[in-house]
Amino acid sequence: MSSAPPSAERLPTDWKSDAMQRRIARRYASERRFKAAGLLAVLLSAAFLAFLLVTMMGNGLRGFTRTEIAVSVDFPASPLKLDPAAVTDRALAEAGLPTMTGAVAEKALGPDGDDLIAPTAWLAIRDAIKDDPTILRRTATIRLPAATAIDLANKGKGTPEAEAAVERLKQAGVLSTGFNATFLSSSDGTDPTQVGIWGAFKGSLLTMLVTLLLSFPIGVATALYLEEYAPKTWWTDIIEVSINNLAAVPSIIFGLLGLSIFLNFLHLPRSAALVGGMTLALMTMPVIVIAGRNAIKAVPPSIRDAALGIGASPVQVVFQHVLPLALPGILTGTIIGMARALGETAPLLMIGMRAFIATPPGGVTDPATVLPVQIFLWSDEVSKGFVEKTSAAIIVLLVFLLAMNGLAIYLRNKFERRWS
Amino acid sequence: MTGPAILLLLAGLGAIAWVSARARAIRFQTAARASGRRDAVHSLPGFHGWYVALWAVAPAALFLGVWANVSPGLVTQSVLTDPAARALPADGFARSAILGEARAIANGDQAAAFNPASEPLVQPYREAGSRYGMAGAALALVLAFAGGAYAFTRIRADFRARTRVERLVMALLLLASLLAIVTTLGIVASLLWESFRFFSMVNPVDFLFGLKWSPQSAAMGYGNDDAFGAVPLFWGTIFIGAIIAMIVAIPLGLMSAVYLTQYASPTVRRWMKPMLEVLAGVPTVVYGYFAALTVAPALRDLAAAIGISGASSESALAAGLVMGVMIIPFVSSMADDSIAAVPQSMRDGSLAMGATTSETIRRVLIPAALPGVVGGVLLAVSRAIGETMIVVMAAGLAANLTLNPFASVTTVTTQIVQLLTGDQEFDSAKTLAAFALGLVLFIVTLLLNIVALRVVKKYREAYE
Repeated sequence: MSSAPPSAERLPTDWKSDAMQRRIARRYASERRFKAAGLLAVLLSAAFLAFLLVTMMGNGLRGFTRTEIAVSVDFPASPLKLDPAAVTDRALAEAGLPTMTGAVAEKALGPDGDDLIAPTAWLAIRDAIKDDPTILRRTATIRLPAATAIDLANKGKGTPEAEAAVERLKQAGVLSTGFNATFLSSSDGTDPTQVGIWGAFKGSLLTMLVTLLLSFPIGVATALYLEEYAPKTWWTDIIEVSINNLAAVPSIIFGLLGLSIFLNFLHLPRSAALVGGMTLALMTMPVIVIAGRNAIKAVPPSIRDAALGIGASPVQVVFQHVLPLALPGILTGTIIGMARALGETAPLLMIGMRAFIATPPGGVTDPATVLPVQIFLWSDEVSKGFVEKTSAAIIVLLVFLLAMNGLAIYLRNKFERRWS
Repeated sequence: MTGPAILLLLAGLGAIAWVSARARAIRFQTAARASGRRDAVHSLPGFHGWYVALWAVAPAALFLGVWANVSPGLVTQSVLTDPAARALPADGFARSAILGEARAIANGDQAAAFNPASEPLVQPYREAGSRYGMAGAALALVLAFAGGAYAFTRIRADFRARTRVERLVMALLLLASLLAIVTTLGIVASLLWESFRFFSMVNPVDFLFGLKWSPQSAAMGYGNDDAFGAVPLFWGTIFIGAIIAMIVAIPLGLMSAVYLTQYASPTVRRWMKPMLEVLAGVPTVVYGYFAALTVAPALRDLAAAIGISGASSESALAAGLVMGVMIIPFVSSMADDSIAAVPQSMRDGSLAMGATTSETIRRVLIPAALPGVVGGVLLAVSRAIGETMIVVMAAGLAANLTLNPFASVTTVTTQIVQLLTGDQEFDSAKTLAAFALGLVLFIVTLLLNIVALRVVKKYREAYE
């Protein structure tokens, strides 16, 4: 404290003065504005997410439905040469169903009837016969899928002519909306009413299988080595730096790597789930390594000391004590990494998985496509019918991603142990 | 003998080796116990089992791996000595096409021959194939028995089986961790190699500083001069990823982090934090579709309504806005970490001096956390410029040098996808340009990451 005389002018602040009150009010107002800005930022992000999901739902849910036209088929009067007692696949294939279906539609719906139903509508009649061959002895009402134009018009997005046709069909009382099972069971095609996601889904499944089988053991082994055994040398530093860098490399670079090494150098099959899985495994591995190291780090040293103390070898300590305790954390990281790989598109475009593939892959070396790439391909289609299919496929993809992330959160909450 | 059958047989042999070696080790153990010398046995019986099983399986499996790569050549050699092969054309390409077809038919990959010349070769192929297959299988089995027998005779009571098995485990772990280096080297090598080929056709200076990008015209034979000027691409990438996206992501991400950590009640935080994480988990192809389907047309109409000319339905703004939203959770979590790392005493000191919460945040917390926030923003930029699907779907292909956010620009990643999909001839400058662009992208993101991590690390140390 200085001993100088206090200056006479320096009086205590008069908090009650008008000037001070105004100043405090201004500061509080600024505080409220700042808080409101923060809230606004969070709400904007939430609103964007909500807007995105609502748009996808609004477009996509229609993709799961299809417009059907009920047509009565007089089987005995039809030119079909089918014996109800001996209905085989071969007989059905040779019976001339497509022509007959067109004739039936024209008879029931007027001269333009064949254009109103989907080109593959005869499959509905075939399936009806397969389900119940006795149907061939009577007249039956069968719901045929409508053509794309009619489907769109019924969902409110059609051309004037199609709208008129829909109006006519509605008055006849034959129009109905049913669940589109084709969407879940068929593959890519050219007609939006007939496309499905089964092929892409199976491709995704095979690709993820390859990714998991490669990245999980290698990732866990790397994490164990770096965390438990690696000596502190320049060699170990290089490994660590490469892993951290790989985690930040843009995904498309991995696609370039896959293209030049796997396809052009090793001559592995193009567009195959094998190559896609290998490329994604390289991307997923750093994620698993980083998550695995954190999980291993969280296991307290006392566990290792106790195991070493009763005579376990370093390998036994790690594989019998540390790894089981760290496994839930490693699994959580693995699921999150796999979810990222499942949504990844760009590297797979590089290795040729954007081909038009109308048959589901039978194995990991068959040409395949995956869900995100299928979404990308459909989004490029000109036909309006693909808009709702794209959104519907997005819904399927999002449901899977949500399920995987939910599983990760559940595992984390259920098995996470707090060591203290 | 087919591949799977041999592998199954090998696995069976391994299992037998494991069981019998383990049984033998147990006998040692009981004998040692009976004689009262418990410390005479070094390893657990299971380790003896693994030791012998590995000796039985590993050499044979290695041999099979090598054989699978060598035998097709040997098969072809022996087919060529067949009298039927004398009719083959001397021309290398036609010759290998016929041989390939004959092999495909012999393996059952193809039902019938397109080229009748390959027909007579199918039978020799089949015979040679089965001959070499049998030889390989027999050799593998001999190796498996020899390895197993060798190891089986070595195990004794004081044999250190555990040390040997564990040495192999350690080698495998080291091998796995080396894969990260191999991948990094693979990326660098493949990008450098292909870029080198590209730069032998196109001058690097023209590539890095040229203002005109039209690889199509180069592909059509107008020459490579001034068709590969990448500056418009770099500008588009920076415009979308580093400018528009960051104008969206930095304020929203930073303010979200501030609000959620400093103001929000625990309930709000519990709901809003996962919401931001969901935003980060949405696949980029979904963002891209959303940008192209909903955001871009709306922005085009907006631009038309306020009278901006040159508005495109593939605008930089649409891609940048959506990319910014995608980056929000990233910026927010980085800012969150940095703010949490500021010592509590600094915050308490400011509040004790009578500052309001917002004054504390603005004048104390954010300045103190700034290096961390800047590092986070750099990481976000590196992620934004490497992002592909949003720009492929929403940003367009026209390489424009423009400041108009409603106009169409193109980016590095868009052009990589564009150059490498569709028809490919792998030696044209057009295809190789994609690798040169990839190399630039790789170097830039790498530098951004290194700088960002260094900034974050330095700042962390300051408060420790």
